[in-house]
Amino acid sequence: MERKTKINAEEGKQELTITREFDLPLALLFKAYEEPEFIEQWMGTKVLKLENKKHGSYLFETSHQGNVMFRANGTIHEFIPNQTIIRTFEMENSEIGVQLEFLEFEQLTEQTSRLTMQVIYRSVEHRAIQLKMPFAYGLNMAHDQLQQVMTNLI
Amino acid sequence: MMKLRRDVFQAIADPTRRAILLLVTTQAMTAGAIASNFDTARPTVSKHLQILTACDLLEQEQRGREVYYHLNPEKMKEIADFLEPFRKMWDDRFNKLESVMKKSITN
Repeated sequence: MERKTKINAEEGKQELTITREFDLPLALLFKAYEEPEFIEQWMGTKVLKLENKKHGSYLFETSHQGNVMFRANGTIHEFIPNQTIIRTFEMENSEIGVQLEFLEFEQLTEQTSRLTMQVIYRSVEHRAIQLKMPFAYGLNMAHDQLQQVMTNLI
Repeated sequence: MMKLRRDVFQAIADPTRRAILLLVTTQAMTAGAIASNFDTARPTVSKHLQILTACDLLEQEQRGREVYYHLNPEKMKEIADFLEPFRKMWDDRFNKLESVMKKSITN
């Protein structure tokens, strides 16, 4: 299968670029980032707050069996529909720290679009922590023992 | 060499196998103890252990009558530097986005 999502992380840099081409019209792709109900569906998290405007902020939270597993927040610096979102992103209780994200949305054809995310970390070391994280991702959180292992790792 | 690398990626692409790797990070475990952490049938877990052992992510150690599995940190370090798990995470996430938004038009 073709690899639709591309990651470019140059050695020694504190940023990375994520590029993805979607089989979706531009407006629909942007909507996935704009409307809480869609964000909740594709990110699998609750949207507690989302102010899509300059100086706005957002807060996402995921709970499992009454425990908060994931909480992320940030501030929006630029919000241009169907074009650009500039924001900070911080996963709470994580060593990655605050990251700066530039999201560019482009139309390719009537039915296809592209998203380019430039993500800047505080340092090369902070980026390295991020890259190692997905190992812990996608686990079946229902298992208490696994949760324990996860807690020990983080 | 390239083939070996791809095998390792296939090994860690599976969530159950990633969960197994995390389980044995803290201690060596028998196949039975590992299997007790999953709802999956025991032969399925054995298959996963076989794959992880075949690509050197897990090592077997005979202790008396029991075989214990433990992590091969060298191999883990090798793959931790690769971007693939991170890329896979975003790819899964974006696939979900695509299907959610497609469904929103038909509804």
